[in-house]
Amino acid sequence: MADNVFIALQNNPDAQPIIQAIVEDNPAAVVNDSPGMVKIDCPKRLVIRRETVEEKIGGEFNLQDIHLTLISLAGNIEEDDDEFVLQWNI
Amino acid sequence: MAAKPRRLNLTQKYQLMTRGLDWETTYQSMDDVFPYDKYEGIKIKDWDKWQDPFRLTMDAYWKYQAEKERKLYAILDGFAQNNSQLNISDARYMNAVKIWMQGVTPLEYAAFRGFAMLGRGFRGAGARVACQFQSIDEMRHYQTQMHAFSHYNKYFNGFRQFARIRDRAWYLSIPKSYFEDAVTAGPFELITAISFSFEYVLTNLLFMPFVSGAAYNGDMATTTFGFSAQSDESRHMTLGLEVIKFMLEQDEGNLPIVQQWLDKWFWRGYRLLGLVGTMMDYMLPKKVMSWRQAWEIYWEESGMALFNDLARYGLRPPKYHEVATKEKYRITHEFWCTIYQFSHATALYTWIPTEEELDWFSAEYGELFDTVYRPRYEYWAELDRKGERFFQKRLPVVCNVCQIPIFHTMPDDPLMNCCLVSEYKGTKHQMCSQGCKDIFDHEPEKYCQAYIPPQQIYQGNCGGATLEAYKEWLHIKDEETGEYYGSEDHIMWEGWKAQSGKPADAPA
Ligand SMILES: [Fe+2]
Ligand SMILES: [Fe+2]
Repeated sequence: MADNVFIALQNNPDAQPIIQAIVEDNPAAVVNDSPGMVKIDCPKRLVIRRETVEEKIGGEFNLQDIHLTLISLAGNIEEDDDEFVLQWNI
Repeated sequence: MAAKPRRLNLTQKYQLMTRGLDWETTYQSMDDVFPYDKYEGIKIKDWDKWQDPFRLTMDAYWKYQAEKERKLYAILDGFAQNNSQLNISDARYMNAVKIWMQGVTPLEYAAFRGFAMLGRGFRGAGARVACQFQSIDEMRHYQTQMHAFSHYNKYFNGFRQFARIRDRAWYLSIPKSYFEDAVTAGPFELITAISFSFEYVLTNLLFMPFVSGAAYNGDMATTTFGFSAQSDESRHMTLGLEVIKFMLEQDEGNLPIVQQWLDKWFWRGYRLLGLVGTMMDYMLPKKVMSWRQAWEIYWEESGMALFNDLARYGLRPPKYHEVATKEKYRITHEFWCTIYQFSHATALYTWIPTEEELDWFSAEYGELFDTVYRPRYEYWAELDRKGERFFQKRLPVVCNVCQIPIFHTMPDDPLMNCCLVSEYKGTKHQMCSQGCKDIFDHEPEKYCQAYIPPQQIYQGNCGGATLEAYKEWLHIKDEETGEYYGSEDHIMWEGWKAQSGKPADAPA
């Protein structure tokens, strides 16, 4: 087992820049599409960086806005104003 | 350049709006103000070590929840105005939604009450605030679900008189007893049971594959409230993981207490989720994934990663998780076989899967399905063709702990029924599994008082000691029970399809 963390987001327009940013910042991330939902797995650690999401949007982004599209997650969370991190401490 | 007004960062804001608004009481001792958070034996040295990793504060909470509600109700209104009930894959699907409304939605309400208690009960401000948010979330889930179902109630059977059947229907004691068990425990056990064992470890199996399945089956109402609720659930799950780590970091004496709760609540949660697996496998006409596959992804993969992480605290995976994994090939089939035989005593319809569905089961579940369950379905289909649709004449014996009919089989023998007995104060109590028996034996004084509906019914306490008298007391009409094919839902659905020119589905 790869000890994946994961994040699942609603598959709606608001989530697209977040998904793109995750893929860009986490080369090991694997995106799984299912109806209405996107689940992204990543071994041990996954990061969402505010700056990358802002580049995709072309405007400001508050990391707490992910609450609007978040479906589920697995991993210990570390969040500050710039980064949202999921990780297993194994 | 004009200086931007100074803004607090997330960590500062969280600190000010939780700890900053709290105080040590002086007129009364803290122990008198918070009388319940010590008796379970959990030792907390420093409540300030409690962290919400999302650092959510009340102002941000209201802002995000208002936004979620706006989105949700826009979709629900559009759904109703466009008669979108016509777009679901098949009216059999509605029975999954009925189970949700009858069994799951009342749990949202129970969770609202439980977390309101916790939002008052813990002496740490961080924990209280997180539980208060969750309490309001759960009330929102209950309300949005009822709102969504009210549209289906205009057309389909099984949605009316929700409160009465919640109280009286024998089979709904399965979910109900789960929560009643949790809220009658102490505050730390309650939060471990619900936030960690149920929400962190197990609800992904309900909210991810099942709700995604609802989307695939054209039910945008359920999908939308499901995912909207789940966006709160991520916060609840995080609370669950934090509370476990917090207890284990505070005092090493907490470990055995927490481990025992995890063993108990994993098993109770797993037993309850057998019902969800059955909804996924049997009630979604268009399939997203099987229960077996969902179990592999969300337990064998994600659950194990979680327990590998928690191993540093000395915690081991919950007892009997290997048994749950062995049962992944059979639990939904055993469940459906049972509901099939008893649906004349429920506000649900059941049916034999179509040929195509039976083939899907063979592919997903392999030899065991073909040798054990498929022949049963073929036998019952044959009886049905002869006009002898099979129903049990009596209500089943149910497990004294999980309250599920005793239909589960031995871990290593899917053909041998498992029924274990504990004797307590001269009375025999039956359990479905070693997992449930351990729970009973650990707290016999609690479980010997469990309200077991079939026993109450046959004692004559529910309108009379016969199934007919009981159904009358429940106000269930024969038309809303039993076999799907030929039912009012089925006839209405065929009428709609005929109008729209699409062929209705034929029975197996
Ligand atoms: Fe909820
Ligand atoms: Fe049981």
